[in-house]
Formats: sequence, structure tokens, C-alpha cells
Amino acid sequence: MLRRIWAVLQKELIQTLRDWRTLLIQLSIPMIQLFLFGYAISMNVEHIPTAVSDQSLDAASLAYVQALQASGYFDAVMYVPDQAGVVAAMDASEVQAGIFIPPDFAGKVARGEGQVLLLVDGSDIFTSQSAYNAATAVSQNHATDLLLQKVTRAGMVSDDQTLLPLTTSARILYNPNLDDLWFLIPGMLAMLLQMQTVTLTATAVVREREVGTIEQLLVTPIRPFELMIGKMIPNIIIAFVNLLTIVGLGVYWFGVPFQGDFGLFLWLSLLFVFSGLGLGLLISTISQTQKQTLQLISLITLVGTVLGGFIFPRYTMPRWIYYVGYIFPMTHFIPIARGVISKGVGIEYLWEQVTALAIYVVLILIVAARAFRERLD
Amino acid sequence: MSEYAIAADGLTKVFKTRGGLVTAVSELTLHVQPGETFGLIGPDGAGKTTATRVILGLLRRSGGHSSILGYDSMRDTYAIRERVGYIAQQFALPADLTVMENMQFFAHVQGVSPRQQKQRIPDLLAFAGLGEFTERLAGRLSGGMKKKLALACSLVHEPQVVLLDEPTLGVDPVSRREFWHLLGKLRAEKGLTILVCTPYMDEAERCNRVGLMVNGRFIAYDTPKAIKRQVNGRLLEFTPSDTPNTLALLQNPSRLGVDGILEVQTYGAMLHLFVDDPALRVPQLTAALSAQGITLDGLREIEPRMEEAFISLIRRQEEERVDGKRLSVVGTA
Ligand SMILES: Nc1ncnc2c1ncn2[C@@H]1O[C@H](COP(=O)(O)OP(=O)(O)OP(=O)(O)O)[C@@H](O)[C@H]1O
Ligand SMILES: [Mg+2]
Repeated sequence: MLRRIWAVLQKELIQTLRDWRTLLIQLSIPMIQLFLFGYAISMNVEHIPTAVSDQSLDAASLAYVQALQASGYFDAVMYVPDQAGVVAAMDASEVQAGIFIPPDFAGKVARGEGQVLLLVDGSDIFTSQSAYNAATAVSQNHATDLLLQKVTRAGMVSDDQTLLPLTTSARILYNPNLDDLWFLIPGMLAMLLQMQTVTLTATAVVREREVGTIEQLLVTPIRPFELMIGKMIPNIIIAFVNLLTIVGLGVYWFGVPFQGDFGLFLWLSLLFVFSGLGLGLLISTISQTQKQTLQLISLITLVGTVLGGFIFPRYTMPRWIYYVGYIFPMTHFIPIARGVISKGVGIEYLWEQVTALAIYVVLILIVAARAFRERLD
Repeated sequence: MSEYAIAADGLTKVFKTRGGLVTAVSELTLHVQPGETFGLIGPDGAGKTTATRVILGLLRRSGGHSSILGYDSMRDTYAIRERVGYIAQQFALPADLTVMENMQFFAHVQGVSPRQQKQRIPDLLAFAGLGEFTERLAGRLSGGMKKKLALACSLVHEPQVVLLDEPTLGVDPVSRREFWHLLGKLRAEKGLTILVCTPYMDEAERCNRVGLMVNGRFIAYDTPKAIKRQVNGRLLEFTPSDTPNTLALLQNPSRLGVDGILEVQTYGAMLHLFVDDPALRVPQLTAALSAQGITLDGLREIEPRMEEAFISLIRRQEEERVDGKRLSVVGTA
């Protein structure tokens, strides 16, 4: 048995290495996707083109606009006389945010009545959210600074005493981008691993059937599960190389801290990789051609990504959709990845998801092995 | 344990398709002796491939029984796979492996020890004439060499039985002859039992016995010689000056006024004509046709080959199915 698995494995390895172009693509896809995601996300929400309508033009208003720009989220790309000008600029898609400061800002601030109007283009959900968050945070920070200045000036505390140690802790909040990437990298890891393992396995089997080698393999004493294992191992290796690439880039390039136990994470990822392999095998038994396979895979990846909570939180989903999500292994793995990478928790907090994933793997491999027959019909 | 190398009794295979049930193999019975070369011959879609696959256990049978070396096709699938070589019709060896890697892969899978491999693989490659191409990718071999590689791979575990499904399909005549030469050597030296599916009649002649398969059943099952004897009448060959007209006339012999014409087949520009008694009919025929302004060139009597026998038997079968007797009655008259 081992001998036959070894024979299949050798064959698969030779074939994989011989087709080095494909291998190169398979190994670089995660990198490319990670960079696309990483930069697209951090660039979109920073440097939001902003129209400024400052009707005060006094020291306070100028300082406030300065603070907004200094945060890095807002770029004052145009100055307009009034609120209508801001709206017009937004209508023309010249800006995505607008700041309107009414007359006598300094005086109002001094009286503690300072008000600023922030206008955000709501058609872009990510931008509007970060604009809103950033503006709120910058304003609060700015207000705190003002308050501190006031208090200091009034001689209630000395300069070196800090009344509100808020400035530092508030700064972390100012960095919602980093949070996005923290939130996204575990999910992306899940998505990419899933897509690759499913695709590699399914196409490996379907190709064998399409070019007709499967019949020649089936008449040898190779058992279906031996063929399965032999075909899976190179894919597991590729999947793990990709996993290391993503985690490595995430940690060393994007500076996302890896909070948890890396060893534990590898083991749980292996479990997850198996779920993808099982799913791939199942797809390969259902579909007859490469085209069908690829279509099925993209469908499953898309639906699985949405329902798995990669982008949208699962708890907001209607009940039945929430449960349908359990069909996809990503649903079980994303909380695991987030738990270990971002939160740094151990198995004691994740055992529910881990158990669910383990059961999933066992079930899908059984179903796939039964569907993967030793006969042609 | 049956003493047959390959046996099928009432073997039936029905496919369920969207269009309904398709009976690809219908109550097929065949027995192949050890060391025998058996030919499964028949036109496209006759069910040769399906029958072979069922016997190998690659497809589930719908009825009947079959076995190889006494092992039941369904129950002892893996016992069969360890002892049998097979070349599928849509055969394909991994194209991105070299000749050597292919051989080694199949040897490993069949459990041939490295020591045995060292000796056997070069022997087989030399035997198949592939000794110089060990490093070439299988996908880059010519059609004929691919078939020889497939044969070599299917022999690597020294099987007692090989099943070859149209092994010379798309191969030039020279390579075909070489391939059969290899088979002949195996038969003589190793006593290999061979079941070969083929639509080529010259290959059928090389078999000890053949089964003539049409629509999933045998319409003849015997030695090539005996099958040729089943054909009624004797065979004349000639080239008429006006082939279409002659054919039309011969297909309707009463118009020509010549009796004893059993069957006519085209053979390129030539015609093959079965008659009851050449000595009597040749003069009558020449006279009747020249009256129509047709001359016959190169007229001679030839031995019927499998090809003529095959067409004749299929035609007889069809006609019996359509209207019961016509030609058979003429034949015995
Ligand atoms: N998997 C299948 N599903 C449905 N019908 C099938 C299947 N395989 C074969 N058939 C049908 O069974 C019949 C016999 O096909 P088979 O391939 O066995 O013929 P064959 O004698 O090998 O022909 P050829 O010389 O073309 O290879 C055909 O009518 C074919 O359409
Ligand atoms: Mg066939």
C-alpha cells in the first residue's frame, strides 16, 4: 500500500515540478493577492480627497483643518466658499468628503460650542466609514488638546503634568487601517488556502479523467484512496508554502502581529487544508470537465467567502443563511485563524470551531472517497 | 475455478442515459483458453470496449457473469488487476513523464521490486524498440511508439493475460505489423493470453479465434477459417468499366437474367461478387453485362478474407432482421 502511494506521490511530484510555470503561478498567486488586498485597503481609506469650506478662517479653524490633514486621512484638495460648494464638488465626484466650518469658529470653540459639519460620500461604504471614524477621532483628539491648553493656561496644572493621558491611547484608535488588515489577513489566509487546495485537487483528478489516464490508472492495483493521498500530498506542500508566504508577508511586510502560537496554527491549518482537499475531490467526482470544475470552484469560493464571514460579520446574517454557512469549511476556519493570529487565544477558546472543522473533514473525506469509485461508471 | 483464462457467460451491460436505456453488451458468452489470442471484432459502437471494461471490472455488469483466470470481475477486482495488463482504447499514459518514468511508475504500482525492475524494464524497452528513447517525454512519442510504450507498461508485471482495446488505432501499417510481431513473440515465448478488440480484419485473421460483435452480441464466434466458411458461395473479383451501373444491375440480378448471384460488395473501384458456381456463372455474367455495354477487367476468383466474410455476415444478419429470408433463401436454392 505504502509502495503504491509512494509511486503515485513520485509521479505527482515529477509532474508538478516539470510543469514549473504552473507551479510558479500557484506559488505567487497568494503573494499577489495579499499585496493587492493589503494596499488597496490601506490606500483607499487614507488620503480621502476632501473639500474644505472654512468660513471662519481664524487660528482655531486653520488649526483644526491642519489637524485633519495631519492625520493622513484627509487631503484638502479644494477650498470652496460654502456648504453648497462642498456638495457640488461631491456631486462631481471631485471629492469624497467635505468639511464645513461656520463663521466665528474660534469664538465658539472658546465658549465650548464649536461645531463642524462633515459631509461624506455614502456611496462608498469603506471610505465613508473610515472618513467618519477618522474625523470623529481627530475631532476628539483636537478637542482634548484644546481642553488641555485651556486648563493649562488657566494654571490649574503645570505644563509637565498630564491631566488627560488620553492622547496616546487615542492614537491607536486613529489607526483603523491597521485594524482592517489585522482583520483581513486571517480571512485571506483562509480564502486563499481554500481556493488553492480545492482547485489543485479537483483539477488534478479531472485532468486525469479528461486526458484519459484515469482508466489506465484504475486498471492497476492502486486503490482509490491511495491515489487520493498520493495526489493530495504535493498539494498540501504547495498549500503550506503559501501559508508561510502569507503569514510571513503579513507579519514582516505589513506588520500584522502574530499574537498566538504558530505551531498550533500550523496544525489547525493542516486540518483546514484537508477540508479543502476533500471538497476538491468531491467537486472532481461531480464535474466531468475542467470548465465545470472551475465554475463550481469559483461559485463555492465566492459563496463561502461571503457566508464564512470574511468581509461581512456572520451575526448579521438571517438565520437560515447563517446555517447554510456551515457547509463551507471557511466558516469554521476564519474564527480559528482570527483567534490565533489576531487575538492570540489558544485551543481552549477555539475548541468548538476546531471540533466542527474536524467533523467536517472526516465527513467530506468519507463522502469524497465513496464518490471516488474504483470503476468508471 | 474455471480453466479458462477469460470467461463470460450471458454478460450484459445496460447504460442508463438521458435518452433511455442503452444495451451496449447483450448476453455475450465467450471463453478464451490460456495462451490463446482472441479477437473481439466489430464495427464502431458494437460494444467491444464496453465488454472489455466489464470483464476487467472497470464497469459494473448488468447481468451474467465474467471472470479472468477464475477471478470474478466484480468481486476479485484487485486480484485481476494484479495479474492482467490492459491498454485502453482512449489509452493515455501520463504525457509529462518520460518513457522511463512511465515504466517505473507502473512497475512500482504493480509491486515489481527494484531488482526485478532493473532487469525487466530494459528488456521490455528493448523488446518494444524504445531503448533509445528512455528520456523522451511520453507525450512527444509518435503514435506507434506510444502504443508500444503502453504495451511495455502493461507487461511490466508479467501478466498472464492482456486485454488490448484497439491497440493499433491510428498507427501506420508498418508499425501495426511491428506491433503484431511483438504480440506474436509474447504468445510464442510466454504463452500470453491475449484478448484484442479491433475493427481491422487483417488483425482478426491473426487471432486463433474471433467473436464477431454487432449491436452488443456475437453474430459469429469461431476460428477465422470457420467463419470464412460460413459465407455462402464463392468470391469473384473484377473491375467493371462502369462501376455504378454494374453495381445497380448486380444488386437486382433478375433484371440481368443471371441466377446464382448471392451478394455484391464494393472494394474500392473493384467489385466483389459471391456466386454459387463460378464455372457456370462467369460466362453468363460476362455475356449479360457486355450486352449492357459493360466490360469486366481482371476477373478472377479469390479466397474470401475476413473482410468479405465480415461484411457478408453482418449484411445477412441485418436482412434476416428486416425481412426474414430473401438472400439466405437465394443462397440455399
Ligand atoms: N458510458 C456510457 N454511457 C452510455 N452509453 C455508452 C457508454 N459507453 C458506451 N456506450 C454506448 O455503448 C455502445 C457500445 O460502445 P462501445 O464503446 O463499447 O463500442 P465499441 O465496439 O468499442 O466501438 P468503437 O469501435 O467505436 O470503440 C455505444 O452505443 C455507446 O454509445
Ligand atoms: Mg471501443
